[in-house]
Amino acid sequence: METGERKIPLLARLSAGGVSRREFLKTVTLAAAAVGLPAAFVPRMAAAAATGARPPVIWLHAQECTGCTESLLRTSAPSVANLILDLVSLDYHETLSAAAGHQAEEALWSSVKKNEGKFVCIFEGAIPTRDNGIYCKIGGRTATDLTRDIGLKAGAIIAIGSCASWGGIPSADPNPTGAMGVPQFLKNAENAPYLKGKPIVSLPGCPANPYNLLGTVLQYATFGTLPELDSAGRPKFAYARTIHEDCPRRAHFDAGRFTGKYGDEGHRQGYCLYKIGCKGPRTHANCSTKSFGEVVGSWPVGVGHPCVGCTEQAIAFRVPLHATVEIDRPTPPDTYPPITADHGGVSIAAVGVAGLVGGALLGAGVMNARKLGAEAKEEERKTGETKPEGK
Amino acid sequence: MSITRRSVLKGLVAAGTAATVGTPVAFAARERKKPLPDAVGMLYDATRCIGCKACVVACKEANGLPPDPGPATGGMYDAPIDLSDRTKNVIKLYREGGRISYMKAQCMHCVDPACASVCMISALHKGKYGIVEYDPDKCVGCRYCQIACPFNVPKYEWSKAFPKIVKCEMCRHLQAQGKGPACCAVCPREAVIFGPVDRLLADARGRLQREPVRYHPKVYGEKDVGGTQVLYLSAAGIPFEKLGLPALGDQPVPEFTESLQHAIYQGFIAPVVLYSALGLVMYRNRRKRPAGEEGEG
Amino acid sequence: MSHRAEPVGGPILTRPFKVLLGVLVVGLLLTAWRFVSGLGPTTGMNDGYAWGIWIAYDVVTGTALACGGYAVALLCYVLNQGKYHPMVRPAVLTSALGYTLAGVSIVIDVGRYWNLWKVPLLWNWNRNSILLEVAICVMSYIFVLWLELSPAILEGFERDNRYPLLRRMSLKIHPFVNRAMIWILALGILLPTMHHSSLGALMLISASKLHPLWHTPLLPLLFLGSCLFMGYAVVVFEGEISSQVFRRQRETRMLVSLSWVMVDVLFVFLALRLGDLALRGRLGLLLNLDFHTFFFLLEMALFLAPALLMMKRERRYNPGIQFLSAMMMICAGMLYRFDVYMIQFDPGPGWSYFPAIPEMFITFGLVALEIMVYIFIVKRFPILAGIAPPPSEPSLGAAGVPASGR
Repeated sequence: METGERKIPLLARLSAGGVSRREFLKTVTLAAAAVGLPAAFVPRMAAAAATGARPPVIWLHAQECTGCTESLLRTSAPSVANLILDLVSLDYHETLSAAAGHQAEEALWSSVKKNEGKFVCIFEGAIPTRDNGIYCKIGGRTATDLTRDIGLKAGAIIAIGSCASWGGIPSADPNPTGAMGVPQFLKNAENAPYLKGKPIVSLPGCPANPYNLLGTVLQYATFGTLPELDSAGRPKFAYARTIHEDCPRRAHFDAGRFTGKYGDEGHRQGYCLYKIGCKGPRTHANCSTKSFGEVVGSWPVGVGHPCVGCTEQAIAFRVPLHATVEIDRPTPPDTYPPITADHGGVSIAAVGVAGLVGGALLGAGVMNARKLGAEAKEEERKTGETKPEGK
Repeated sequence: MSITRRSVLKGLVAAGTAATVGTPVAFAARERKKPLPDAVGMLYDATRCIGCKACVVACKEANGLPPDPGPATGGMYDAPIDLSDRTKNVIKLYREGGRISYMKAQCMHCVDPACASVCMISALHKGKYGIVEYDPDKCVGCRYCQIACPFNVPKYEWSKAFPKIVKCEMCRHLQAQGKGPACCAVCPREAVIFGPVDRLLADARGRLQREPVRYHPKVYGEKDVGGTQVLYLSAAGIPFEKLGLPALGDQPVPEFTESLQHAIYQGFIAPVVLYSALGLVMYRNRRKRPAGEEGEG
Repeated sequence: MSHRAEPVGGPILTRPFKVLLGVLVVGLLLTAWRFVSGLGPTTGMNDGYAWGIWIAYDVVTGTALACGGYAVALLCYVLNQGKYHPMVRPAVLTSALGYTLAGVSIVIDVGRYWNLWKVPLLWNWNRNSILLEVAICVMSYIFVLWLELSPAILEGFERDNRYPLLRRMSLKIHPFVNRAMIWILALGILLPTMHHSSLGALMLISASKLHPLWHTPLLPLLFLGSCLFMGYAVVVFEGEISSQVFRRQRETRMLVSLSWVMVDVLFVFLALRLGDLALRGRLGLLLNLDFHTFFFLLEMALFLAPALLMMKRERRYNPGIQFLSAMMMICAGMLYRFDVYMIQFDPGPGWSYFPAIPEMFITFGLVALEIMVYIFIVKRFPILAGIAPPPSEPSLGAAGVPASGR
């Protein structure tokens, strides 16, 4: 992509690419829902997308596998990639660039210079910091250098993928390259003073879910704001809840139905994978509600593999795949029995019958007593004696 | 023998007072029972339990128990609300304020069980490894065990024409296969573990020592009701009463009644003495009675 | 009129008898249903309240109501108050029927009744079990009671010329029974003493479930005391009723002195009960003014009212007052036992119990059966005596004889 491309109306471009207006709106609606915006905003987002007010984006790569870009490209109906690429002006992207070599570098630096303080810098991949960062060099410069130089000039920073968010696979023990995430790097003692309150959005995941990026970008493109973030810089719309809280297999967990090992009866029945090490209960992500591709259920648990917790620094590539974890926020449904259960009440009819019978017997007794007393008095009166009757 | 009403009253009062004062001191409480040397049990750590209910399902499978649709949940498939004739093990939820704890309920396998003490012909008895076992062939279905158990563990098959008492027996029917209780085998978090009681107790005490902040400072069942072979640990700030484990004191439930029983019926002396005394008195009275009343019942 | 007991005679199938028969038939049908479908559908019992009215009434209260034989035998043969002699046979009959029906109730109540034959086998015994002791005692006592009653039955066969075989057999057996009677009677006093105190001891094990106003180490003694005054009360109660129904002369004086004994036992019982509560520091619980206080005070009212009623001389000679007092004593004893076994028994939150209608009607059926058999035996065998002993009997001083202006 070169800068200065002719501005063709978005819809025209889309229909030229085989995407109908309907599909466009559908995707925008999905993205709006993902970001947590009500349907009323969809027209506005669509309009923003259509007017082509396209913020410049520079996409940098460091220690990465390009999986996050690939996950973006692995959508086709409509192509989220295309959508994003039409929403923004992607001035630099090593994988998608038609240009190469010095031409690409020139595009990069001219965009940085032109859009300083305004462009969005998307990072993919971890930043190696050991030995002055020689373990990742692009265009002759270390990743640390580039990150400082370009990242600190950006208007907003998005770290896509676990590697960029907190270090990912390169940071796994023993972390020989000193890999760390972009937020961690830019907030370290050396760089922090230059950060000047620039927002850093982390979208962890290995790969990150492309819809999360879409939502973030769409919001930025429409409103110029970034979604609400949690303490780790992750958008709450995607990372506030754990996999476990929204897992489609949750009913099996709640009923105690588990897979014991791959291929057993429970596995075939699609039972909960907790026992073979699903990290869902401690992993914040929205994979359980937002699949990765257009196919519903295309995520690890959906295909029968326990979640590995790829978004969580404490879990991914640290805790063994099949080790069980504690539940972060146990939210037991009301179907758990309470400590003291209610075992039912008494029959009103029975109480009634008992009352009637008891009352009748007591009444009869009292009446009989009165009768006896009256009889005795009568006898006394007749005989005129006060002595006791009977012998 | 002329008996005045006064003497009758005096006699009754004297007997009554003697009994009131004498009974508690007259008998020495019998020696308190200790767990068998090879006693096995379970340790349930509520802080480790995640409420997955795998143990509930495993228990049903291992014991061949039918599903127990919960009435409170609109007949949801197999959602027991408590122990019952179809459920020998259940996970309950304690929820107060923001705090949550799970609680595994099943037979406590007491060291000195009330149920075994009261069972007329020992259908419920303490068997191998100290497990409280149930033998339906000796059970008459009197349900005294249900009255006696302070934890309300034994359940009865009310809806059957040929009912049994149902309770956890630590999967003793699997012992031949070398297996322990199914609940412990299946627990993914080792929240409930099986083993010799002395080792479990040491383990529990160790946990309290290593992480005092995490736990409520007591192992339930160490001394309660004379000791139980199923031990419990609870989270800090959640006393055991909240989990449904009552504060019953350290005295075993049957201790008083058994001591009383032994004191009165020791060697069957008292009844024989009383019988002889009665016979003697009535014999003498008969000699004194006018002949007309001879031989009438 | 003689001292002797005579069969009342008359037709068996009177209208009241037929009504009772109807009640019995209903009870029998329901009992059949109970055996087919189990206790759950037919009773209100549940895992929290495993014992219901079949235990609390049929067994525990029923046997106390059947303590007339025990109570009167105690007076007549141990304390040598021969004047009560005419009351012995009807009391023993009531006792025999009451205990037999308690036994029948047990068979209906237990779930695995086919194993009951294993209970008397010595080698099976768990000697720690108080229930076992109750069971063996009650089983033996039923046997003993019918033995105690046998002279009356035998006499009846002897008088009846219609069945010469029975007559001959009776004449043969009768002397043996007479000679053994002391030892039978001694058993007839030992056994109830044992099992009635044990009926109280049965609930000792439920310290955590029985309310402290009722749970006390004195339970065995209190149950023994209450069964005594209930026994006397039943004798008075039934004495009055059978006098009315079978148009016999009332034995008012004897009943008066019996009533006094009843009241004496009652006062000892109350003293023990309240004294024990005070000594254990439990009286303060009454200040809670709750459900428990209500029943405690109701019990006390039912205990004290008859005692107070009988204080005045003229009143206690009034058969109506006697009857009422006896009735209140019976209710008091019944309430006390119901409290210990059911009402003040709390297995924990979430559990509740009230007898189901079929459960109640099975009990009604059994009571009807008891009354029907009583009527039959009383009409065909010499149980009831025509007249009370002459007033000149120089027996115990103050009881019964209106002396110095009480």
